Amino acid sequence: MRRLILIALPYLWLLALFLVPFLIVVKISLSDVALARPPYLPQVDFAAGWAGLKDFFSQLDFENFAFLASDDLYWRAYLSSLKIALISTVLTLLVGYPISYAMASAAPEWRPTLMMLVILPFWTSFLIRVYSWMGILSQNGILNSFLLWTGLISEPLTIMNTEIAVYIGIVYTYLPFMILPIYATLEKLDVSLIEAAEDLGCSRASAFWLVTIPLSRPGIIAGCFLVFIPALGEFVIPSLLGGSGTLMIGKVLWEEFFNNRDWPVASAVAVVLLLILIIPIVLFQRNEQKNREAGK
Amino acid sequence: MRRMSAFNVVSLTFGLAFLYLPMLILVIYSFNASKLVTVWAGFSTRWYGELIRNEAFLDAALVTLKVGLISSTIATVLGTMAAWILVRSGRFLGRTLFSGMIYAPLVMPEVITGLSLLLLFIGIGLDRGVLTIVLAHTTFSMCYVSVVVSSRLASFDISLEEAALDLGCTPWQSFRLVTLPIIAPAVVSGWLLAFTLSLDDLVIASFAAGPSSTTLPMKIFSAVRLGVSPEINALSTIMIGIVAIGVIIFSLASKRASVRQMQEERDAVRDEA
Repeated sequence: MRRLILIALPYLWLLALFLVPFLIVVKISLSDVALARPPYLPQVDFAAGWAGLKDFFSQLDFENFAFLASDDLYWRAYLSSLKIALISTVLTLLVGYPISYAMASAAPEWRPTLMMLVILPFWTSFLIRVYSWMGILSQNGILNSFLLWTGLISEPLTIMNTEIAVYIGIVYTYLPFMILPIYATLEKLDVSLIEAAEDLGCSRASAFWLVTIPLSRPGIIAGCFLVFIPALGEFVIPSLLGGSGTLMIGKVLWEEFFNNRDWPVASAVAVVLLLILIIPIVLFQRNEQKNREAGK
Repeated sequence: MRRMSAFNVVSLTFGLAFLYLPMLILVIYSFNASKLVTVWAGFSTRWYGELIRNEAFLDAALVTLKVGLISSTIATVLGTMAAWILVRSGRFLGRTLFSGMIYAPLVMPEVITGLSLLLLFIGIGLDRGVLTIVLAHTTFSMCYVSVVVSSRLASFDISLEEAALDLGCTPWQSFRLVTLPIIAPAVVSGWLLAFTLSLDDLVIASFAAGPSSTTLPMKIFSAVRLGVSPEINALSTIMIGIVAIGVIIFSLASKRASVRQMQEERDAVRDEA
């Protein structure tokens, strides 16, 4: 009996506040906009019983999804989110890998401190970390003043409110997610394997390519997914750093809901975004499972 | 792994500089006398004064703190229960669905979580305010808590619990006297994580909040949307300072705890001998 209550409490909480809300989103994505409160149709008429329910289902349709497919704003937003998430994942990997490698090469007594230094920014507000780049990247910001002062450029660069600023923001905020899983695999790496490769005639560079990189692959894959998945639905970074020219689907959903008040279309945008996300999420789960089995 | 090469030193230096410089610059410029954020006009604490006089920020900070404390506490209780179920409860009806609901919110885009909760609150006619933000935050943070706690639960020796049960403890006593002290560090980290996530959240709170309840991140977001603001620099500096102090205290405390534990273990070994 006690066990039942123990299971029921978190179970019902998640059902009521995670699963049911999501089903509501799916349902509203199949409804039509209406000048009513709430602003969509149809509503379930429970008083009418079975007939009311049947009537309700007959009114649902895929109109909103057809609209998403026909309006190229949404297509471009999905594609550009995919592009931005992909490019920033690669950039994060390029920035993060050398740092993880250096951490794993450091003396063992240094490693906990280095690890804490990498995790520490994660405890500070995400919003503030994104905001901190606004003063650096703007037209008369610190980066431009510095570059003008050094004489490297003669005209200020336009970085703020472009996709480049979004890349910088994503790399900056998600870097720990990339560093930590790669560091975890590199730390466990058996040095004698690299030494064996070098003894057998590999140069240091080719030993790195042929031994270190393949052996750290599970960490690389995990890190890439941990950056790619949240970057795809990102809202804060494109709206603070990307300006009006940067199209990302999280921002489109927000504007569709708060500015256009079109709930059914916003819900349809959410459903499609989730369908796109299912592929990387499933791949990520498989990768994790494989690592667990390999670790046993 | 192997010796530090010059390349490694360079990449570590650049990496850490990349992580910390933007925040350092923010802190420095919060003491700038000029309203123009990028021109240095001398040291001043003017913006801190203006910040303190701005009551809207204070109100938002209080709402945020209240939401954070309540939601992280409920989330820790629910999340620990969920972790227990995942690790110890064996099979039961709908177990797959349950673990799916624990892991899904971790990868769900915030805009979708926020939208779906808002539609639920409107659907059941719940007035949006502090209560709805607490419900929303509890829901996603309990999943993080349960991940943190369940990894600790999975790694500890179940025979300790069985011994307690054999010696006549009720299941609740064995949990309170044996399990809880062992998983306590994970529960505390889970609470801290839930609290930080709640303080930090902008997107979900924006959906769940009503017109009368504004959290600090919402206030910051609307203030910086159109550009850099010196007051927000001051506020950010205060927040970064609080986190830094908290982390220092926490790491000192955990270092002391581990030293004490090692001492106790050594004493125990000596007593046996």
